[in-house]
Amino acid sequence: MSEQAFTGTAFYGFLKEHQLMGSRCPQCGAIYAPPRPLCPACPEAEMEWVELSGAGKLASYSVIAIAPTAMLEAGYDRKNPYCSGVVALAEGPRISAQILGVDVAHPQSIQIGASVKVAFIERGEGEAQKTFLAFEVVS
Amino acid sequence: MQQRKLGRGVAVVGAGMSKFGAFPGLATRDLFVDAFREMLASVDKGFDAQDIEALYIGNFSSDLFEGQAHVAPIMADWVGLTPRPATRIEDACASSGVALREGIIAIASGLYDIVLVGGIEKMTDLPTARVTDTLATAADVTYEVAAGFTFPGLYASMATAYMAAYDAPVDAFLKVGLKNHENGALNPKAQFGQRIADIMEIRKASAIKKGRPAPTWADEMAFLTDERANPTIAWPMRLYDCSPISDGAAALLLVSEELATRFSAAPLYVVGTGQASDGATHDRPILTGIPAAQRAAQMAYAMAGITPADIDLAEVHDCFTIAEIMASEDLGFFAPGEGWRAAVEGRTARAGDRPINCSGGLKSKGHPVGASGAGQVLEIWKQLRGEAGARQLPGEPRFGLTHNVGGTGQTCAVHIFERR
Repeated sequence: MSEQAFTGTAFYGFLKEHQLMGSRCPQCGAIYAPPRPLCPACPEAEMEWVELSGAGKLASYSVIAIAPTAMLEAGYDRKNPYCSGVVALAEGPRISAQILGVDVAHPQSIQIGASVKVAFIERGEGEAQKTFLAFEVVS
Repeated sequence: MQQRKLGRGVAVVGAGMSKFGAFPGLATRDLFVDAFREMLASVDKGFDAQDIEALYIGNFSSDLFEGQAHVAPIMADWVGLTPRPATRIEDACASSGVALREGIIAIASGLYDIVLVGGIEKMTDLPTARVTDTLATAADVTYEVAAGFTFPGLYASMATAYMAAYDAPVDAFLKVGLKNHENGALNPKAQFGQRIADIMEIRKASAIKKGRPAPTWADEMAFLTDERANPTIAWPMRLYDCSPISDGAAALLLVSEELATRFSAAPLYVVGTGQASDGATHDRPILTGIPAAQRAAQMAYAMAGITPADIDLAEVHDCFTIAEIMASEDLGFFAPGEGWRAAVEGRTARAGDRPINCSGGLKSKGHPVGASGAGQVLEIWKQLRGEAGARQLPGEPRFGLTHNVGGTGQTCAVHIFERR
């Protein structure tokens, strides 16, 4: 479905088009997201791109108050914390992402195992504009 | 797993460290000289430093912290050891645990008889946000840091997975910090030489001095759950769940086993070494433990021919309190899900049946990341030789273990030492 190499650049390029893409090993059927260019089980196999459903479940999370520079620039800080987490995708692999639709003022209320769906966050202007992966908790 | 043995035995015959803390105006080389001098003085039967044949120096990121790369030859030069080979080892916070392993391998190979292992880091010159950014480079920048994760955030996410899997309360984490501050208060090299109760008194005195009403807390747990006194860094990890930003250095002298008693009246024999690697945090079969630590521990136990029950004390990588609880399970001291209960019950305190981080751990002693792995060996050195002073364990401990993690477990090095 795409001739692009299985790189982080390609992954974020797809994300810009609001597509969550992984790689699939045609030999053993394993799906990797983030996409891997080499299947550890079948290193000789040629990988292929696969679009993921964007459905998953929250596997872990934290509400982060002390933000790194990039998140400070995005407007987050101690008074405006954000949630990041690990999502187990319906297709199997797990991936890190920002988690939306949660009550960051009450982190205890966030449920591991909650169903999530993919979302996309645009940050930066012009050339520096980039799309980041997020998931939103669906009630 | 294939069981491996060293080609020949290796022993630690000297160990020294700088004080850990925040030292404006001191560079890594200055701290390393302190550690080196203390190491020399610790060699019981005397030692000519010129007999050292090679240096292995653990350092995470002097490049970003100090704007100085290529630090191994600088350390060699500053302690008068050029032109000997000097190699920097970078495996994030496990840098000097891995440097130790490389030093052991170098002697075991027969290439050298006498090797200096060091660990160095100088973190406090940068503002907190840039320290946070620098530490985050030890995670997967493309896929974890882009998701907003910081290091406290990554460990905190393992904490939420652990809490959900094992019904662990947040209080269990705070108990680890409380215990490590108790131990660190007895360690003159520790960055925080205060118990939590002492810190509460300091806060009260400070408020009164500024003419403000003195805060009151019913007990230490009330202090630790007060958002103003102990703010959240990355929920559920609060300030006193996190190791500090630190400067420091450590130095270890390794020799081949047959030379050990020539230099030392009480050498520490390296009986087990293990190391493992792993991918990003999200890409592991479990989020409630560290697979690389489990594997490195298995390798070290197999080499030593002992089991977790034989270990008398362990210095584990408590960069965050959840990390100590996971370590106590990954090392086989407690079953998965039982580590938090052991912490709450005081089993990991000095008086418990499983003493962990008698030094104060990274939490209280400080965490100059590249120096931490070698620094852990200092506590084993002192405890096994009966030199730990007020925090000395009773009963002449025989086996000590160090557990040094890089990143969130992309690297782990485990070592086991024996007093004979």
